[in-house]
Amino acid sequence: MPPDNTLPSSVDHPLGTTASQIAVINKPIDLVCGTTLPSHSLVFEAYGILNKARNNAVLICHALSGNHHVAGVDKDGKVGWWDHYIGPDKAIDTNKFFVICPNNIGSCFGSTGPTATDPETEKPYGNNFPSIQVRDWVESQKYLMDHLEIDCWAAVIGGSLGGMQAMCWSLAYPEKLQHAVVIAAAMKLSAQNIAFNEIARRAIQSDVEFKDGHYLDYQTSPKQGLALARMIGHLTYLSDDALGRKFGRLVNSDGLGATEKELGEFEVANYLNYQGDKFSQQFDANSYILITKMLDHFDLAQDYNNDPTEAFSQAKCQFLVISFSSDWRFSPPCSEQITDSLIGAGKAVSYIRIESDQGHDAFLLPDTRYQNALSLYLSRAASELEANSL
Amino acid sequence: MNDDIGPIGDWIEPKSRLLDLGCGDGELLRTLIDGYQVQGYGLEIDPDSINQCIRKGLNVIEQDLNEGLENFPDKSFDTVLMTQTLQSLRHPHLVLDEMLRVGKRCIVTFPNFGHWQTRAFFALQGRMPVTKQLAYQWYDTPNIHLFTYKDFEALCSEQNIKVLRRTFVGSPFLGLNRLFPNLFTKTAVYHLTK
Repeated sequence: MPPDNTLPSSVDHPLGTTASQIAVINKPIDLVCGTTLPSHSLVFEAYGILNKARNNAVLICHALSGNHHVAGVDKDGKVGWWDHYIGPDKAIDTNKFFVICPNNIGSCFGSTGPTATDPETEKPYGNNFPSIQVRDWVESQKYLMDHLEIDCWAAVIGGSLGGMQAMCWSLAYPEKLQHAVVIAAAMKLSAQNIAFNEIARRAIQSDVEFKDGHYLDYQTSPKQGLALARMIGHLTYLSDDALGRKFGRLVNSDGLGATEKELGEFEVANYLNYQGDKFSQQFDANSYILITKMLDHFDLAQDYNNDPTEAFSQAKCQFLVISFSSDWRFSPPCSEQITDSLIGAGKAVSYIRIESDQGHDAFLLPDTRYQNALSLYLSRAASELEANSL
Repeated sequence: MNDDIGPIGDWIEPKSRLLDLGCGDGELLRTLIDGYQVQGYGLEIDPDSINQCIRKGLNVIEQDLNEGLENFPDKSFDTVLMTQTLQSLRHPHLVLDEMLRVGKRCIVTFPNFGHWQTRAFFALQGRMPVTKQLAYQWYDTPNIHLFTYKDFEALCSEQNIKVLRRTFVGSPFLGLNRLFPNLFTKTAVYHLTK
């Protein structure tokens, strides 16, 4: 399907108010689990200008709880989740690149997922939504790529689960990307990581309002469970040092006398409760279960004799791998294994380990060294594009 | 550093796999890739140097040599190269050993502490030499293991390291560095295997 006129062939700079668009893919998509979705919709945002050669498009892959609003400010005043890194003259420079970020299927921000209506039953899918793998997200992004008539990504970039998608792209469609930027990711989750995800799922499933995943039919909402799941997750994305620095043992004793201080709530507790509650208003419980399972089951080398070097020997793009020193969910050694496997496969790769006390969340936060390195790498990628276009 | 490139270029097979330990700003690696089409990777820990490498489009890996090369399989590179870095490592002999495990062959360059200038400095002033090549004070120098080419060769024979070739770079006058290598060699360049 050719792109229609509403597609952002030009967007004013700076990004300003961003608007999302919907791509309706009227082709069946065969999922890894064996189910076929007859059609699906992808909500996405795009910034910058697609050049004449149509070779400057960058795909941003979001992580577990992310969405398509990755940069700029939307009509509700919300700033994109990676706004520090995307925009004119930023590391992912929208003066040079046409940047696209879709909300992926199975998620809950407008793309086809558990909250969408199942055409067969005319009710929300709920927990009947088929299980999704990283490879399915890549496949669906490939549909979007074709829909936008883009032949090759200048780069596929993502952190955490987003990094897994970038790696998956390099194996599934080696000819379709020039660069993969893999940030705070892993080739597969550790047992501890899976365990954390299981605790989060159990928290949701234990909420009486969860109703076996059919809460939309019952018009209930497992908010408590989802908030608890998020609190567990969020805590593991931070480091002990960062929490200590931010909150320490501060107690909110507003309105309490000196002797009643022990009655106050710890600031860290307030913060975590707030984060959990906020998240439970925005996210869908079935999506959370679906996507955490997707993380758990990701195993890059599974189809390649469990040999990551053999897996990466499929790849043709260049790689930038980035880790953060205090990230204990996707620790530097996970990124180093990726790097070593790429070197073993003889692929072009650079690896940097950013010193940070922000834990896994560091990949979302501003950091001078991280910004500079990403910016230098992508500037180089942009100049390669210009050279290729001549 | 450019002094090093002459013999190094001759010792590297075109299109081979090369690992440059402590590649700095990547100048040499870039030269070797452009001149010999090697598949090159550089290890470096200094963020500014790493950025310089990224700017040059090189494969640069942030890795501390002092923590070893465990992540690289045996003989996974045709050549492992280390220029002017051996003297700054915590355990030079262990890293050398690792290099020879990972590389089929190794090229090592280092400043020769036996050069007459360092000797004269020490003899006349009675203080640790500060020269153009070793331009640091004793307390802030990264060069924590200073040695002469003779010391290096003693280590090679102790550890059964085979010296394939060596070149002494130094005084251009009268071939003095060939006649009196330890006195007139500023930089020693070795091609090694085990």
